[in-house]
Amino acid sequence: MNSKIKKASRHTNQNSGLIFEKSSPGKRAFDLPPLDVPAVDAAKVLGGAHRRGGVEGFPEVSEIEVIRHFTRLSTWNYAIDLGMYPLGSCTMKYNPRVNEFVARLAGLATEHPSQPQELSQGCLKILSLLEKCLLEITGMDVITLQPAAGAQGELTGLLLIRAYNEKRGNPRKKVLIPDSAHGTNPATAVIAGYEVENIKSNSEGQVDIDKLREQVTEDVAALMITNPSTLGIFEQQIPEIAEILHRKGALLYMDGANMNALAGVTRPGELGVDVMHLNLHKTFSTPHGGGGPGAGPVAMKKILEPFLPVPVLVEKADGNLALDFHRKESIGRVKAFSGNFGVLVRALAYILAYGPGIRQATEDAVLNANYIRRHLEGTFDLPYARPSMHEVVFSDALQKKNGVNTMDIAKRLIDYGFHPYTTAFPLIVPGALMIEPTESEDKEECDLFIEAMKSIAQEAEKNPEVVRTAPHTTRVRRLDEVGAARKPILRWKPAASRREAAD
Amino acid sequence: MRYLPKSPSERQEMLAAIGVKSVEDLFSSIPEPYRLKKPLNLPGPFSETELIQYFQARAAENSAGYTSFLGAGVYNHLRSVVTDTILQRGEFLTSYTPYQAEISQGTLQAIFEFQTLMCQLTGQDVANASMYDGSTATTEAVLMAERLTGKRRVLVARSVHPEYRDVLRTYAKNSGLKIEEISYTALGTVDSNGLKAALRDDVCAVVVQSPNFFGAIENLPSLADAAHGSGALLVTAVAEALSLGIVKPPAEADIVAMEAQSFGLAPSYGGPFAGVVATREKFVRQMPGRLAGQTTDQDGRRGFVLTLATREQHIRREKATSNICTNQALCALAATVHLTLLGKEGIREMAEHNLAKAQYTLQALEEIPGVKRTFSAPFFNEFTVEFPRSVKIVNAGLAKDKIVGPFVLGSAYPEFSKHALVCVTETTPRGEIERFVASVKRILEQPL
Amino acid sequence: MAYPKQFRYTKEHEWVDAKDGNARIGITDYAQHELGDVVFVELPAAGAALTAGKTFGSVESVKAVSDIYAPASGEVIEANTVLQNKPELINTDPHGEGWLVKVKLANPAELNSLMDAPGYEAYIEEKKKEASA
Repeated sequence: MNSKIKKASRHTNQNSGLIFEKSSPGKRAFDLPPLDVPAVDAAKVLGGAHRRGGVEGFPEVSEIEVIRHFTRLSTWNYAIDLGMYPLGSCTMKYNPRVNEFVARLAGLATEHPSQPQELSQGCLKILSLLEKCLLEITGMDVITLQPAAGAQGELTGLLLIRAYNEKRGNPRKKVLIPDSAHGTNPATAVIAGYEVENIKSNSEGQVDIDKLREQVTEDVAALMITNPSTLGIFEQQIPEIAEILHRKGALLYMDGANMNALAGVTRPGELGVDVMHLNLHKTFSTPHGGGGPGAGPVAMKKILEPFLPVPVLVEKADGNLALDFHRKESIGRVKAFSGNFGVLVRALAYILAYGPGIRQATEDAVLNANYIRRHLEGTFDLPYARPSMHEVVFSDALQKKNGVNTMDIAKRLIDYGFHPYTTAFPLIVPGALMIEPTESEDKEECDLFIEAMKSIAQEAEKNPEVVRTAPHTTRVRRLDEVGAARKPILRWKPAASRREAAD
Repeated sequence: MRYLPKSPSERQEMLAAIGVKSVEDLFSSIPEPYRLKKPLNLPGPFSETELIQYFQARAAENSAGYTSFLGAGVYNHLRSVVTDTILQRGEFLTSYTPYQAEISQGTLQAIFEFQTLMCQLTGQDVANASMYDGSTATTEAVLMAERLTGKRRVLVARSVHPEYRDVLRTYAKNSGLKIEEISYTALGTVDSNGLKAALRDDVCAVVVQSPNFFGAIENLPSLADAAHGSGALLVTAVAEALSLGIVKPPAEADIVAMEAQSFGLAPSYGGPFAGVVATREKFVRQMPGRLAGQTTDQDGRRGFVLTLATREQHIRREKATSNICTNQALCALAATVHLTLLGKEGIREMAEHNLAKAQYTLQALEEIPGVKRTFSAPFFNEFTVEFPRSVKIVNAGLAKDKIVGPFVLGSAYPEFSKHALVCVTETTPRGEIERFVASVKRILEQPL
Repeated sequence: MAYPKQFRYTKEHEWVDAKDGNARIGITDYAQHELGDVVFVELPAAGAALTAGKTFGSVESVKAVSDIYAPASGEVIEANTVLQNKPELINTDPHGEGWLVKVKLANPAELNSLMDAPGYEAYIEEKKKEASA
């Protein structure tokens, strides 16, 4: 092992096959209490719909095997609890444990969304307080907590814009999207029924104001902007951008994925944003859990209030809270029930833990990103020189000369004990290294990261092969993604049927 | 602040290294008029103790201490503590989406196991790594049918969950899909004559739910034949996934859209849950959502990766099959652990308990004068009854007895003013069933 | 790899090999190199109509999808179904066994506006220079 690798070392790690491979008839992991009513003959009751026997192929294992199996699996993962994820645009910050505790409280985890509202005032108060806090943070007028994730929030936002325009007699056809945008933006615009028109960034990685003036016509419903941009750079001209749009009756949508640079420091509502979504699993610390769940509330200016998705949280004359399902101009329902309540509880707990001091988190996030930028400038190519906020984007231009690209560097970073940074975008930086440490990293972790990146840059020059063939120390080496896509194997099958399939 | 691991002196060191005097300087790119001059007006800061007190106080203002007979798409089932033990492991809870496969094999193998369990349960060839919930999974299934057939008409049974239909309508408005509803019969199942009359060769999907919103189990083979006869696909939604422990799987469906909340996920006032889309192998490239696939590494070891990613938003952008980015990975993990704990026999036994308790409850209710079963089709753990007076009045009386009464069917189906959707699961003790029935009887005996 | 002299080439990196009113169409060596290992190909069925300049299918690698644009108008006679099981032929033999479709050309004169081999080679040299700039 390279003596320069300080954060991680080799470690004996348990293997575990698929749970189906451990299965053996007659084993059970969970017993039910005895049935306290007369048993029924399922075949008689269900007739032709009766399924004979248990579910074929379901595993039969004991409790200890379940614990061992999943515990072993967990040890194969990297996690925030272990160390930094420098993933740009993901905001992998600490997931406070008290949030897990309160979300699981009896009286919260147990509540049914269709139960009488008189018996749900506790839940509704939580939703109401979260709404107020998020409105204060964003500087907007009205909010919906319904959308299940950022992408759904984006869709909700665009549907609100569509409803607004339809009411005014011209649904409009297009949505402008910067070439630096996250992939959900154009995907969502199409699902909302719009054409996507790309708008090029200028030489500083910002929205090109002159191009914008040309491209905004009465056919444009909105511009979807991310601020700070995916380059981590604040869109300085955002008030002018808003004005250009508003003059032609178009609206400004802000993708709030990068709120971690803004919370407590500035408010999108004051910058001219008309509607935006938040990612509670980014800025507001709810756990990623290996890929979800999240929540994507949408905050907006009053002009869009009539179109809010149902149900809408309202306060009644008697002071009680209620959910209003009958809104004439609503865009409809975007999801069953009342949003990802368990995620919303966690986000509220996060906000209440900070209170007015939430600005400190933003300051530390921007501090960490700039500290890393300062130390890696010169080692890696910095395509855009403007000040970084909570994330910094380098490129692999200097390392490419030795045949080492951003993916290779990212994979080698794993050997140094870190999860890779974001390699896949923004598309306007070929070979991008998008780095966002978040405020959860101490100085030591930042220094270790900087050291690791510098060491890899040296390796790229002196010993590129070790970078190109990384990682070397993981359970599995680079996996054959081509084979996985050509002949997808998407489930386990019992040996007999696998043999048949092979014939 | 306890979540921030930097001391004032460390901050100073770092600012010095950057070459600025104060952290304010790092925000200079925000135009001055837009930089906030004072702290936000937010409650807090709360210590851990105060946070717990706040949420406990809210928890006390809900339905604690009540016994519930609500189902309607969200089900109370037993959950082993082992599930939370696994979910709370930091390596699962705080890990990222498994794009970097070498350090995410735990998540990827768990997803692969989830996909397998969903196939075994539904009788389909492939299943994805979960969608937001059953309602959006159903919508995604319809959009998938549209892509596969190129047709635009959708026939949806009225017995599909009303909120699922609402969500479908919201998405359909902007995609040019034409949604038409098909009614139900006295059995409580889809009106197949009405369906056949509406079927032409311009239908992409026939959407049904089984067990349906009324609790009735549909005749899927005959619905599949009708749909296929006109070149349409059969989409089957499953809201109560536990039913598949004892009810025949929807193998005749072309696409299954299932809600997995019954497997290890608390009701949690409506979310987060886990939707699943399962389908036939030939349709896999039009499936939305993440997929984990088996492969090998350069040394021949078995491993797992996210695959067929070209369907997804981050590559196809405007041509993606869906705009989904997150899946409900942690919720899917809960379902995986839960089903592994139950196992082949346990899921059947749990389903048997539900079946028995629901039968017991219906029989007891039918002994009350004036209470009648509404539909005659077989059911799993939910059924519809008619009371001699409005369900709202009955439920108001039940609430006084600390019982959360059944779903008021009239709130979603105006033609049913006195009908209730009763759900009984393995979690409802016999004593509580009997107390519920006795309360209903007493309320109905009271003068109006 | 050399670019066959009898082919014509488009700006979107398709090649056309025409003879007696029929043509084979595929993507060039440059295109397959940019894409990486091909995992899946989506092709039209026999009888489908091709309109010059419009997409008629796609070629997928693990990380990218490329639409294929019709170099000329016509009707599909045959799609190369061997690619279903062996998409890698597009990488190993893009100008030969990796062909995508055979078409009956509606208007063979359309091919005159396409690049010839030396023209295409110059074009991709330009592209390579732009990329490394």
